[in-house]
Amino acid sequence: MHIIQCPYCGPREEVEFTYGGQAHIARPENPEALDDAQWADVLFMRDNPKGIFAERWMHAAGCRRWFNALRHTVSHQILATYRMGEAPPAPDTLEEASR
Amino acid sequence: MTGPDRLRDGGLIDRTKPVTFTWNGRVLGGYEGDTLASALLANGVHLVARSFKYRRPRGILGHGTEEPNAMVQTGDGNRTEPNPKATVVPLVEGLRAKSVNTAKGGPESDPRAGMGMLSRFMPAGFYYKMFHGSQTMWQRVWEPIIRQAAGWGTCPTEPDPDTYDHMNLHCDVLVVGGGPAGIAAAREAAKSGARVVLADEQERFGGRLLDRPRNLDGLPGHGWADREVAALAEEAEVTLLPRTTVFGYYDHNLLCALERRTDHLAEAPSHVTRQRLWHIRARRVVLATGAHERPLVFADNDRPGIMLASAVAAYVHRWAVLPGREAVVFTNNDGAWEAAHLLKKAGAPAVTIIDSRPKVSDALKRDAEQAGITVKTGHAVTGTRGGKRVTAALVQPVNADGTRVNGPAQTLACDLIATSGGWSPVVHLFSQSRGTLTYDDTWACFRPGVAVQPQASVGACNGTFGLAETLAEAAEAGVEAARAAGFETAAPAPAPSVEAPEATPPVPLWLVPADTAPGRGGKWFVDFQNDTTAADILLAVREGFESVEHVKRYTLAGFGTDQGKTANINALAILAGTLGRPIPEVGTTTFRAPYTPVTFGAMAGRNLGDRLEPQRLTNIHDRHVALRAAFEDVGQWKRPWYYPKAGEDMHAAVARECKATRDSVGVLDASTLGKIDIQGPDAAEFLNRVYTNAWTKLAVGRVRYGIMCGEDGMVFDDGTTARIDENRYLMTTTTGGAAHVMDHLEEYLQTEWPDLRVRLTSVTEQWATVAVAGPKALEVVKRVCPDDAMAPADFPFLSWKTATAAGIPARIFRISFTGELQYEINVPWHHGADLWDAVMEAGKDFDITPYGTETMHVLRAEKGFIITGQETDGTQTPFDLGMDWIVSKKKPDFIGRRSLFRPDMQRPDRKQLVGLKPEDPKVVLPEGTQIVEPGALNRPPPVPMLGFVTSSYHSPALESGFALALIAGGRDRLGETVEAALPSGPVTVRLHDPVFYDAEGARRDG
Repeated sequence: MHIIQCPYCGPREEVEFTYGGQAHIARPENPEALDDAQWADVLFMRDNPKGIFAERWMHAAGCRRWFNALRHTVSHQILATYRMGEAPPAPDTLEEASR
Repeated sequence: MTGPDRLRDGGLIDRTKPVTFTWNGRVLGGYEGDTLASALLANGVHLVARSFKYRRPRGILGHGTEEPNAMVQTGDGNRTEPNPKATVVPLVEGLRAKSVNTAKGGPESDPRAGMGMLSRFMPAGFYYKMFHGSQTMWQRVWEPIIRQAAGWGTCPTEPDPDTYDHMNLHCDVLVVGGGPAGIAAAREAAKSGARVVLADEQERFGGRLLDRPRNLDGLPGHGWADREVAALAEEAEVTLLPRTTVFGYYDHNLLCALERRTDHLAEAPSHVTRQRLWHIRARRVVLATGAHERPLVFADNDRPGIMLASAVAAYVHRWAVLPGREAVVFTNNDGAWEAAHLLKKAGAPAVTIIDSRPKVSDALKRDAEQAGITVKTGHAVTGTRGGKRVTAALVQPVNADGTRVNGPAQTLACDLIATSGGWSPVVHLFSQSRGTLTYDDTWACFRPGVAVQPQASVGACNGTFGLAETLAEAAEAGVEAARAAGFETAAPAPAPSVEAPEATPPVPLWLVPADTAPGRGGKWFVDFQNDTTAADILLAVREGFESVEHVKRYTLAGFGTDQGKTANINALAILAGTLGRPIPEVGTTTFRAPYTPVTFGAMAGRNLGDRLEPQRLTNIHDRHVALRAAFEDVGQWKRPWYYPKAGEDMHAAVARECKATRDSVGVLDASTLGKIDIQGPDAAEFLNRVYTNAWTKLAVGRVRYGIMCGEDGMVFDDGTTARIDENRYLMTTTTGGAAHVMDHLEEYLQTEWPDLRVRLTSVTEQWATVAVAGPKALEVVKRVCPDDAMAPADFPFLSWKTATAAGIPARIFRISFTGELQYEINVPWHHGADLWDAVMEAGKDFDITPYGTETMHVLRAEKGFIITGQETDGTQTPFDLGMDWIVSKKKPDFIGRRSLFRPDMQRPDRKQLVGLKPEDPKVVLPEGTQIVEPGALNRPPPVPMLGFVTSSYHSPALESGFALALIAGGRDRLGETVEAALPSGPVTVRLHDPVFYDAEGARRDG
């Protein structure tokens, strides 16, 4: 059970948060311009990396705001959190997991 | 009463406090400080169980949580507890315990003892093989046998009368395990002023210092432990948690522990909860969880009287019990020799050490011989004799690497075999914390490798087996933990002087040879609890299994209430040996929480019954109670379901409520509908994007119905939204969907359209709503709002206005979910009951009738109005529901548009919403009924399904049953008949327009 650093409220228990899947997938400006395969990609296809994964979380039992997190899918450590609209921190600034 | 095998003196039991207990109906005696196991052994009871599969007699193997055999049933009635291990059940006055897994008469006589004879037919993977084999054999032969034999203890059938608590604790240093290592670490960490928690599963701190004679600072081990723990108890920031098993290690140093508060008391005080589940968040963790001894795997190594050497030592030293008089100690290491000395000192006349190593140290040998112990090195126990107790060991010379017997067997009479194959560090918590294990060739064990979380392992759980080395390592770790948690620390205090034998590694002997190979002759048990033998593992390898995880599942080694604490390492070493691979390459199975079983009561805590979930009540709730409403749960809300009058059942009440609403006037508490206040200059644009229809032209004062889809084009929720002001709207949602809709809208606003100037506020509990519906609704509303124009001519359908209702400022909406003339009056929440009273008073002359959700469902279904979640399950588009009109063809984009206009969404054979009318008006189809083509049920299966019933009721207005259903291509087939497949046979139904009542909509304006 994580302690997650909410960018607005500070460190809080994981039970206060809900998960929102992969981050940085913008809804297409004009969905009509996409063919069916491209649209299916937008709707359903998500990365599943072994390593650092940018994902969305929401502080449901707190400020109710969405933010992004970088989580290492092997160590399960959350390496950074940042606000919506911000760029993810550069990898070399992260406190890397011990493996 | 002492029991025949109780020693005259010694032990950590309190001889001034005798205890009487019952075992399988026999009254026996013990002392305070005993466990059930030690008291049974003191009474000469070794046979305590029958094995799971072969029904073999089984005794007590260990003396703690590692015990695989001695599961018992304790207590009676609603306090009976299945499967605690006798080795950890504290002996209390009046304890009632019995064997599990035995037929009537206890383990002494088991009519199924002959199961062992069938063992040839029950190899590894027995279940899989039988499932794939003859169905008849499975159903007629194996399943009845297994059903009768299966299962250990019996669950109570009555609710648990005890109370359990959940506790939360933050600390700087959590020390798990209160043996010498844990005590030393906690002492050093506490000196810094850090908040230290020391948890141990036993009542008494000291760990293995209690089990063997050791001296520290000139004190006996338990005395040293008492002194140090007393000093810890003096520290203001230290929390001691005895009888507390830390069973799970989760992310960010969250550990969970089970504290047993009353099981060790004969009479539990009523104000003390039975158990506590602790959630402990620690800055640093020190694991000092010790090690478990491994049994040696030899033929017929499971008879009662065959025990772990460490357990034998503990029973003699700690509990003053002599578990055998003619003892054989069979070992591959020096440590077990201590058990032989303790037995001899305690008065066992004949003690023989059989050591598989060809050579041992001269000092070891000399001491043993001086003590009168017979020693045979280069020998092994290769078989045993006996029934309900071991009677003899077969002893044979073995070659240097322990792979072959080297000469003929001698029979050595005995009543006890103490066995030791070395030690396995308790790495369970470390491994749960996702630390990686490393194999230690010297000590033949897995120990912690690379840690992931901020923690340290010390002592035996770290593969550090010497007492002096353990104390030094633990003290360092205690200091370091406090320092890392942010406290100022000094060097550890000088270590206590230690008198203890030097710790030396074993010479691995994973599978003891015999004249025959495993699988012939005797049984080499690896996992006692699951009756897994070495032959089963060899068979699994022959059948192609290589992964340790697969072999575990195929042979069951490592499952059960002990989770293979004595079995796992032996099993994987035998697997590795058979595969010809090194042990670390084969690896361990995954260690999962919980370390030992946790009661459901502790997991539930106080979140039971009414405290399971919050109940949401409207401001009008008391009025419904006074009217004797039956309630139904809608989400967390309690909503009136129907209002039965004396003598009425639900059917009669609903028929009356329906008729009253259609003929005169009904009233509904609609306060639970979700309400979202939407404000901002871009509010209209926002609605345009989230609803499928157009919103920009809705005038202030008007109301519109809308449907929300997901990006996949499937209907997600529906409701009306009113334009309150230029930049302000009030959206309503379904009662159950309110939170989801709010989340959905917030997510888009925050993540996709942060540029939109819109704010959302949930106002569900700001407005109480009373819906007045029926031809007399206007008459009632006129009396409630005498100053406002309420007639449909002045106040058209799908509009709203402010008014004064019963003197309360109100918003009134002309919307209708019944098809009748309907007014929904909204007032500030705390005025809800006042408004209700005023409406009831005003309606008296018209016999105004409160109606519940069931009547609401019937009335709306007669009109073909959907309920999302009932007519929809996340796979219906607005087109499927016959609502093409609500999907804007002009808006360039809205949520779901791209998906809705895929050709596949327009397929004519998609399931479409239709009505169903049974030919027989008395029939009310069960919801969920499958619909098929006429005569389809007479043809051989599979029968193609056309669709299914989503809503079904009896309609008083139609004087018939009717239903809504989703039917493939149904809209083009209105008027045709199909069949509803009921268990009693097919029922003919006719496809109907979903609107059954007042199709022209004449009634909504009264």
